Amino acid sequence: MYRFKKIASLILIHTFLISVALTCIAPFVWMINSSLKTNQEFFEDYGLKAPQSPQWQNYKVALTKGKLGTNFINSIVYTFVGVFSIVIISSLAGYGFSRLHFKGRDGFFYLFLAAMMIPVPAAFVPLYVLLKGVGLLNTRTGYILAMINVGLSLSIYLYKTFFDQLPKDLEDAARIDGCSRLRIWWHVIFPLAKPATGVVVIFNALNIWNEFVLALVIFSNRSLMPLQVGLYEFSSSSIGLTSYTVLMAGLTVAALPIIAIYLAMQKHIIKGITAGAMVG
Amino acid sequence: MNARSLTEDLKSFSFVLPALAIFAFFYIVPFFYTFWLALHQGTGVSQLTFVGLDNFKNIIGDGAWWSSVGRSFYISLWALTFQNLLALFLALAVDRAVRTGNIYRVIFFLLPILSEVIIGLLIRRILLPSPGVFNHFLEQIGLSAFVRDWLNDSRYALTTLAVTHCWRGFAWGFIILLAGLQTIPQQLYEAARIDGANAWQRFTKVTVPLLIPVICMVIILTILGTVQLIGLPMALTRGGPANATTLAVMKILNELRNYAGYASAQGIVLGLILVAISFSMMKISKRLNKV
Repeated sequence: MYRFKKIASLILIHTFLISVALTCIAPFVWMINSSLKTNQEFFEDYGLKAPQSPQWQNYKVALTKGKLGTNFINSIVYTFVGVFSIVIISSLAGYGFSRLHFKGRDGFFYLFLAAMMIPVPAAFVPLYVLLKGVGLLNTRTGYILAMINVGLSLSIYLYKTFFDQLPKDLEDAARIDGCSRLRIWWHVIFPLAKPATGVVVIFNALNIWNEFVLALVIFSNRSLMPLQVGLYEFSSSSIGLTSYTVLMAGLTVAALPIIAIYLAMQKHIIKGITAGAMVG
Repeated sequence: MNARSLTEDLKSFSFVLPALAIFAFFYIVPFFYTFWLALHQGTGVSQLTFVGLDNFKNIIGDGAWWSSVGRSFYISLWALTFQNLLALFLALAVDRAVRTGNIYRVIFFLLPILSEVIIGLLIRRILLPSPGVFNHFLEQIGLSAFVRDWLNDSRYALTTLAVTHCWRGFAWGFIILLAGLQTIPQQLYEAARIDGANAWQRFTKVTVPLLIPVICMVIILTILGTVQLIGLPMALTRGGPANATTLAVMKILNELRNYAGYASAQGIVLGLILVAISFSMMKISKRLNKV
């Protein structure tokens, strides 16, 4: 009797889990399937049947006429430059806050911590006016700097807490050998910080790649926009409003690389993201 | 302090200088500048006129603003109840079925990995009529009575947005609650069972009390995440039909280009509401922990 109850409850649990899992997968299968159809076909079968012959030109239209190709490359540039800068700047700062001594050190660190705690729901308002004032509105530089700032607090915190737990012996040995602080950071500390760097890279890469509202506020020039804002603009353009299957091709272009990277590195990504969210 | 230690100080300080410089210009200055802006009217740095507290006075009587705040909290209410209960049930279920748990974790987390814009535009196409695949699906499984114009009918649009948001974000709560569940030692459940506690008693007397700090954290994250929501509603409904889904932050975004001062004041009001909620949640969490 106990055994029977146990099996019945397991079946119930898995039915529940599987049905929720299906709602997470089905829309994307439908999206990819629809992206390979003609608009005509899509109207006839709701995008539910397999395409009669795969319409690869949907992708070509989305990337070229829809300008999503340019937006895609922009996103890669912003993400790469942003993450690289965040890693360098915040590991330097995390090292400074953890190991070096100067006046006001802890005060400055708490400043970064406070920034993580206080929610600023409309931070884009003053940023917009200030960037406009210094001529950085609608520029790549303005956007990248703003995104570096978004990632700094959390990344510095992660590096600092990591360095706090590192034994000091290695640095001391290097210092006795006459290494400067900068060389100790580069040759000893930074290579040891790989686990922290992994979390920082994953968290910030996803954050910048998926960022929407700052890019929407900062860019007015379509050819400078990253992919998310590009998709948003594309969805209300004449192609996006009429050719549903081309819109689906555009969405697939944006989603598929992320899904592929995610599936390949899911363990690290889930760990990195939750580490970030728990701290924030 | 002698000169040598001053240069040493400066050398050490230079490690944090790049971070501080960016942080000063992009966080600290804007933070205080908001308060300055909120006291002014105008569009840019050079065309501002001082109006004192007029913006705040106007906010008090701005019905459209308070409706948008109300919509944000309506969605938060959905997220707090429906989304978090779903997350909790899923976490409990996966905790039971540990061996296959990781597959579900990977699948559930797919949604937060993808951007709000992708999710919003995809669900928009699924819910829009002609051809509406979701309505078609309802008809096929015999639920024709539930066919609606989900996004264009102002009676349903906001709830559609709320449910989409809950579905898109449940994995956050799920993963945090699951991590919390797995820190509860199995012996506690064993001990409770030996003492004759049934499953419901084990849940309410062992699981829930030990999960309270985690639950409070999930609640704070849910409110902060939902009230600041913008990408998803922009992609899904763009605030329509007839402002039925215009949330507080979208309202601020709409005012930004022409009424930066007023937008700042709205941002401050919303920020204060959020800070008040977070603080009272932390207080409640502490009190519950003591009991």
